[in-house]
Amino acid sequence: MNRIFLAACLGFSLTLSAQSDVPAPAAKQTKSIYLTHATIHTGNGKVLNNATIAFDNGKIILVEENPSFKTDETGKVIDCTGKHIYPGIIAANTKVGIDEIEAVRATNDYAEVGNYNPDARAIIAYNTDSRVTPTVRSNGVLFAQSVPLYGTISGTSAVVQLDAWNWEDALIKEDGVWLNWPNMQSRGGWWAEPAPATTNKDYDKQVNAIKDYFRDAKSYADAGLHIKTNLRFEAMKDLFTKTKTLYINVDRVKEMQHAIAFAEEFSLRLVVSGGEESWMIADELGKKNIAIILGKTHELPGSDDADVDQPFKTPAVLQKAGVLFALSIPGGFWQERNLPFNAGTAVAYGLSKEEALAAITLNAAKILGVDAQIGSLEKGKDASLIVSTGDVLDMKTSDVQYAFISGRQIDLNNKQKELNQKFSKKYGVN
Amino acid sequence: MRKLAFVFGLLSIVLYLSSQETTFKTNGPDDYREGVHAFTNATIWKNYNTKIDSATLIIRDGNVVDAGKNISIPKGAIIHDLKGKFIYPSFIDIFSDYGMPDVAKAKWNEDPQMESNIKGAFGWNQAIHTDFHADRIFIVNDSKADELRKIGFGTVLTNKKDGIARGTGAVVTLNNDKENFVLIKPDAAANYSFNKGSSTQDYPSSLMGSIALLRQTYYDAQWYKTATDKKEFNINLEEWNKQQTVTHIFDAGGDWQKVLRADKVGDEFNVQYIIKTKGDEYKRVEEIKNAKAKLITTLNFPKAFDVEDPYKANWVSLEDMKNWELAPTNCAALAKAGVDFSLTTSDLEKKDDFLANLRKAVKYGLDSTVALKSLTYNPASFINVYDKVGSLETGKLANFFITSKSLFDEKCEINENWIQGKRYEIKAFDAKDIRGEYALNIFVNSPSTAKYKLKVSAEATSPKAQIILSDSAKLDANVSYKDKDISLSFSTDKKATEKIRLTGTIDYATNSWSGKGQYADGSWVSWDATQTKGADADTSKPKKDTIDVTKNLGKITFPFMAYGNEQVPTQENFLIKNGTVWTNEADGVLTNTDVVIRSGKISAVGKSLACADCKTIDATNKFVTAGIIDEHNHIAIQEGVNEGTEASSAEVRIGDVVSCDDINIYRQLAGGVTAAQLLHGSANPIGGQSAMVKFRWGYTPEKMKVEGADGFIKFALGENVKQTNWGDHSRVRYPQTRMGVEQTYYNYFTKAKEYQKQWGAYSAAKVKGVSPRRDIELDALSEILNKKRFITCHSYVQSEINMLMHVADSFNFKVNTFTHILEGYKVADKMKAHGVNASTFADWWAYKYEVIDAIPYNAAILTKVGINTAINSDDAEMARRLNQEAAKGVKYGGLSETEAWKMVTLNPAKMLHIDSRTGSIKTGKDADVVVWSDNPLSVYAKAERTFVDGILFFDVEKDALKREEIRKERARLIQKMLDDKKGGGATQEPSPKTRREYSCGGDEEHNH
Repeated sequence: MNRIFLAACLGFSLTLSAQSDVPAPAAKQTKSIYLTHATIHTGNGKVLNNATIAFDNGKIILVEENPSFKTDETGKVIDCTGKHIYPGIIAANTKVGIDEIEAVRATNDYAEVGNYNPDARAIIAYNTDSRVTPTVRSNGVLFAQSVPLYGTISGTSAVVQLDAWNWEDALIKEDGVWLNWPNMQSRGGWWAEPAPATTNKDYDKQVNAIKDYFRDAKSYADAGLHIKTNLRFEAMKDLFTKTKTLYINVDRVKEMQHAIAFAEEFSLRLVVSGGEESWMIADELGKKNIAIILGKTHELPGSDDADVDQPFKTPAVLQKAGVLFALSIPGGFWQERNLPFNAGTAVAYGLSKEEALAAITLNAAKILGVDAQIGSLEKGKDASLIVSTGDVLDMKTSDVQYAFISGRQIDLNNKQKELNQKFSKKYGVN
Repeated sequence: MRKLAFVFGLLSIVLYLSSQETTFKTNGPDDYREGVHAFTNATIWKNYNTKIDSATLIIRDGNVVDAGKNISIPKGAIIHDLKGKFIYPSFIDIFSDYGMPDVAKAKWNEDPQMESNIKGAFGWNQAIHTDFHADRIFIVNDSKADELRKIGFGTVLTNKKDGIARGTGAVVTLNNDKENFVLIKPDAAANYSFNKGSSTQDYPSSLMGSIALLRQTYYDAQWYKTATDKKEFNINLEEWNKQQTVTHIFDAGGDWQKVLRADKVGDEFNVQYIIKTKGDEYKRVEEIKNAKAKLITTLNFPKAFDVEDPYKANWVSLEDMKNWELAPTNCAALAKAGVDFSLTTSDLEKKDDFLANLRKAVKYGLDSTVALKSLTYNPASFINVYDKVGSLETGKLANFFITSKSLFDEKCEINENWIQGKRYEIKAFDAKDIRGEYALNIFVNSPSTAKYKLKVSAEATSPKAQIILSDSAKLDANVSYKDKDISLSFSTDKKATEKIRLTGTIDYATNSWSGKGQYADGSWVSWDATQTKGADADTSKPKKDTIDVTKNLGKITFPFMAYGNEQVPTQENFLIKNGTVWTNEADGVLTNTDVVIRSGKISAVGKSLACADCKTIDATNKFVTAGIIDEHNHIAIQEGVNEGTEASSAEVRIGDVVSCDDINIYRQLAGGVTAAQLLHGSANPIGGQSAMVKFRWGYTPEKMKVEGADGFIKFALGENVKQTNWGDHSRVRYPQTRMGVEQTYYNYFTKAKEYQKQWGAYSAAKVKGVSPRRDIELDALSEILNKKRFITCHSYVQSEINMLMHVADSFNFKVNTFTHILEGYKVADKMKAHGVNASTFADWWAYKYEVIDAIPYNAAILTKVGINTAINSDDAEMARRLNQEAAKGVKYGGLSETEAWKMVTLNPAKMLHIDSRTGSIKTGKDADVVVWSDNPLSVYAKAERTFVDGILFFDVEKDALKREEIRKERARLIQKMLDDKKGGGATQEPSPKTRREYSCGGDEEHNH
C-alpha cells in the first residue's frame, strides 16, 4: 500500500491550464488508474461506499467496496474520498454536434429537405470542433445521440462520444431511424392569437402513407437484388432485422397506441420518443415492453387541468409501471448540460436518486443499444465515468472534476471557463 | 263649429302624415295602397311589459294607429281574427352587418407595411375608418333579411365590422323595399373595436397596440378640433369629431376582460360605450356591473363536446366544459346584477337557433320580461330610436310578429312578421290537425276493394303516417298535405320497393279524404279514407322543461378554470413555526425561528413566538424565505406581447392587457414565485410599458398590479430589434444595424426633449393659447427623461450595452436595468460606474449569434464586481424553477447560498423599486413568503406554501384536494355532455385549448 502513488488532484492541473476554447481530445489510456475511497453510483441501481474503481486499456478492471488491490508500477491512484463517481451521462435525442447557433442557418445541420430521409446520417454532419460540446461535457454528459429533425422520416441518428478528433472517432453506433408520427389535432391561429386546435382531417391518410412507405421499404429489403438501387430503402433495411431501432416521436395516447400497433405490424424494434402522455398508459407500455425516451422533465404540463407537477412526476409513474425509459431534452445541444438536473427534479417527484441516474445512463444505453459498452460501471465495460465533488443531479452541488471516456481523461476546460478566467482576472475577482 | 273644425284639422294631419310622399316617379299609374289592417282578438304585447288580452291592433300605411282594448276598427280595414294568437313588437338587433359588403380579410403579407396604403386625405392608420357611413353603402338583401324576419326581427342597426374605428351604423328595417324606405336613421351609432380587420398596415399588431391607437386618436382628435395652426386636413379626424355626439358601440371581440378593457378606454375620455360581449360575463358579473356599461350580448351557446372517447375527452379543458354548462346562465346573471343589455344574433352560426337559445336562457333563469326588453326596448333606447321601433305605440313603425303561442313556449311558432306594415308569412296559420286513425279503401278494378288501416300520429304540425297491418306489423307511409290537398304513398309489404301513390282532397267537415291514385304498374284507382278515431291524447312523458336546469350547476370559480377557487382567498393570520428562515437581511439564516403574518404583513420574526389568532404552520425541518420575484416574465398577457411594428412603441402598456385567466399564475405560485415584472417583448428598440404584478390568483388584472409601483418600460438591443432573424422580408423597418439602434434612441429622446419644452412653454405662458398635441408615446419617453419611468433593456453584447449607457448619460438619466445582459461580464466595471442593475439568465446561450460569448459565470462576476444582479426567467416554464436557476450561481462562480438566493428575491425587488415592501423576511414588509420542503436552492426542494400579502395562494395540501375536485368536476360534466348528446344535442369535436407561452422574441421559436 505504501507504493500507492497519491496523485490526488495534482495530475490534473495541466488540463485546467490549457488555453483553447475547444480542448484537444485526450490521448489513449496508457497506464492503469485507480479511483479510491469514493461513493460509486454504478448506474444499475447500486451505490458502493468507500469504493474503488480501476481501469486499464480503457476498460474497467475493478469496481468494489473496500477492495484490497495492488497497482503496477505505472498505475496511478487518485484518492476520491468524499467524491461521487458516476457512469458518463448519455444524452438521448439531441442536436449535439449538428447545431451550433440556433438562429444561424449556416450552423444548422439537422434537417434535410423532403419528407422521407432515412438515408440522411447525423454522423456525417457531426462537428467535433463545436464550442458547445465541451460545455456539455463539463457537466458530466459524455455521450450523446445526435438526431436529425423534421419531415416524416428525418434520418438516421448516431450515438457519439464527446471527445474526438473527427466524426469517425466520435461514432459509437449509428443506431436508428427517426419517424415523426402525425398529430390527430392541428394547431390553429398564429402566435399572438392561438386558435383552438382542430381535428387533423388528413390523419388517417398520413398514417396510411407511412404504412405504404414501410411496406415498400420492407418489400425492397425482402427482395434482396435490385435493378435500381433506392438509397432511402437501403437505409431502412436494418430496421426489418431489428439491428436498427425505429424511434417514433409521439406524445399523445391515441397516437402512441397507433404508433405501437404500427411497429408491431412491421415487427420493428420500437422506441417511443416524447411520450408526454405516457403516464396515462404506463401499465400498457410496461406490459408490452415499449421503451421510451421521455421528453423534457423541466416542462409545463400539457393542459391547464393537468397536475401542476405532471412532467416532474411522469418519470416516477413510468418507473413504477416497470417501463424502460430514459430522460432527455429533445433537440437540445447546449441545453444538454442540464440533463442531470432534469433527473434531479424527477427525484424530488418520486424517483430514487439511483433510478434517476439510471434514466440518464444505463437505461439510455439499453435503449440506444450500446449498453454492452457504456451506461454502467461494471467490470469489462468501457471506463467512461465522471467524478464530482457533490451530487451531480443537483445544480447546487454538481461539480464535475474528472471525466474519462474509455479510460482517456478528458479535458474539462471549455470556452466559457476561459472567458470566466479572463474577465475575473480583469476585475480581480475570483 | 269650432269643435268640428278641430276634428277636421286632426283628420287632415293624420292624412298628411300617412300619405306616402316620395320623390320617386312611377312607371304607369300609381299603385299607392293605404294598408289598413285590424288584428283582433289577439294577446298583444304592446311593449315588453304591457300585455293586453283580447286586444286589437290597427295599422295604417306602415305605422301603428293604435293597440289595445275597445278600439274601433276603421271602415274598410282588412280584419285578421287572431283569436288564440299573440302579437309582439318585432325584435331589434343593434349589432348587425345586414346589407353590408363582406369584409375582405387582410392578406398576410411578408413585406412590412409601415404606412397606410389608402390614397386620399385620410389619417395615418388604415384601421381607423371614421369616414365610413353605413347608410351610404347599405343594400337591401331579401334572403339575409328573411333569416332574421323568421326569428322575429324587424329592425337592425347595421355597420361594416371592419377596423378599430368603424364609422357610423345605420338603422334599417328588414322590409324588402327600396333602400330609401327601409333606412330609418343614418349615423345612429359610432362603432369601435380592438380588431384592425382588413387593414394591411402593420400597426397595431397587438391588443395593447389597438388600445394605444384608440387613445392616441382621441387625443389627436381633441387637438385637431382646437388647434389653429395645424397644417393638415384629416378626413378621419374630422369625421371622428363629428361622431362624438352619437351613441358609441364597442365590439370587445372577446372575453369579459376585453369588455372591461374597452370600458376603461372610454373612461379616460368620458365616453360610455355600449359594449358587445361574447357571453361570458357571468364569470365576473360584479366587475361587469361596476363598469356601468350597457351591453350587447349573445346567445351563442357552445355545443357540448363529443366526449365518448375518454382519451379525446381529455383534450377538453375544464374551463371549456364549465363554460358549456354555464353559458346559458349569462343573461340571467346580467339581469340579476341589474346590467342592461340587448341581444344580438350576430355570433350565431345558424340564426334559426336564436329562439331556442332564447328559451334556453329563460329556462336558465332569465326573466321573460327582461328577455323581451333586451330585444325591444333596450336596443331601441340604446340607440335612441324607441320613438320609432320597439313597441306598438301609436305612430311607431308597424313592426310586429304574430305567434301561435306565447313566445317562450317550446312549441311556439312565428306565423307572420309584419315590417312597416308589410306582411311576411313565416309559417301558415292553423295547419289543421289530421291526426287519427283512418279506414283507407282503394277501389282496385271496382268494385273489389283493398282495405287498409292508416294511422296518422306524432306532431300535429308534421305528422307521420303508418299502415297498420297488425299490432306488430306496421309499414311507414309518406303523407303530406296543405290546405285541402293531400297525398299519400306506401308499399304494401316491407320487402316491396314498389309504391302506391295517392292524391286527393280533404273534407275537414267530415274528416274524410278521397281522390285518385296510381299503382306501381301505372294503373289508376280511386280511393277514400274516413277517420275512425281522433288523435291520441298526448301521453308522452313530460319533457325536460319541467326539470329545473338551474339546479346542480357547477360553481363559478375565480379564475374560471382548473385550480380556480369558489371564493377568492383572503388575508389570514399565520404563525410559521420553527423553520430555517433565510431572511435576506443582516440576520442571515435563522434556525428554529418563527414568522408571524398579520394583516398581509410580516409582523414578527423570532424564536418561540406566540400568536393566538393565527393559523399555525409547522415548518420544522423546512425552509422559510421571501417569495421569488421574476424580473422578466411574459405570462398573464392577453393577445400579444410585442407591438413590434414600429421602432418605438413607448405608447403601449402591458398594464392594459394583463390577464388574470392564465394557469401559469398558479403554476408559478407552486414554484414559490410571488411577483413579476410583465414585460413587453424585444421586437423594437423602444418597446412598451411594463406591468408590475403580484400573483394574486383569482384576482382581476387591476388587482394583480402592485399598488403604487414605479413605472418601467422595455427597451431592446441587438438582433431582435435589427430584425436579423425575422427572414429576408424584414429588411424595411429602421433600424437594421446597431448603428441605427443608437440613432433611433437619439432621435426619440431628442423629440421627447423638444416635446417637453413645448409643453413647458405652454404651461408657463400667462395667456394660454391652444395646447400642444398630446402624444402618448412622447409622454412615456418624457417620463424617462424626468426619472419617473425606468428602463429595463434587453441586451446582449458589450458594444450596445455601452452605447445605451452613453445615450442615457447624454440625456442625463440612468438606465435602470439591463436584462439578459449576457455579455455584462465584459463591461461590468462600466456598468458599476453607471449604477445599473443586471438581470440575467443563469446559463442560456448559443441560441443566436449575439449570445455565443454568453457564460454561466456572468451572474457571479457581476455580483462580485458589485452590481445588483438578478436571475430572470423570460419563460413560463423556467419561471417556476427560478430557485434552481439561482442555485447555478453557486455552481458557476461560487457565490454563497445567500448571494445566490438574493438573485431571485431581494435583488430583483431592488431593481424593480419594490424592496421597501418585499424581497426579504423583515418585520413590516409584505407577507410574500414561501415555505420550502428543503434548502430552496436544491433541485430537491418543493414550494409547499406560497403567501402573497398574507394570502395563502398555494398550499400543497389544498392543491391535492383541488386535483381531486378537478377530476370529479370533469367526470360530472362528461356525464352531463353524454346525456346531452343522447338527448339529441349537437356536439363538437373535442379539441385542446392552445395557449401561447410568450417570450421576448415574438416568433414561434423562443427567441430571447
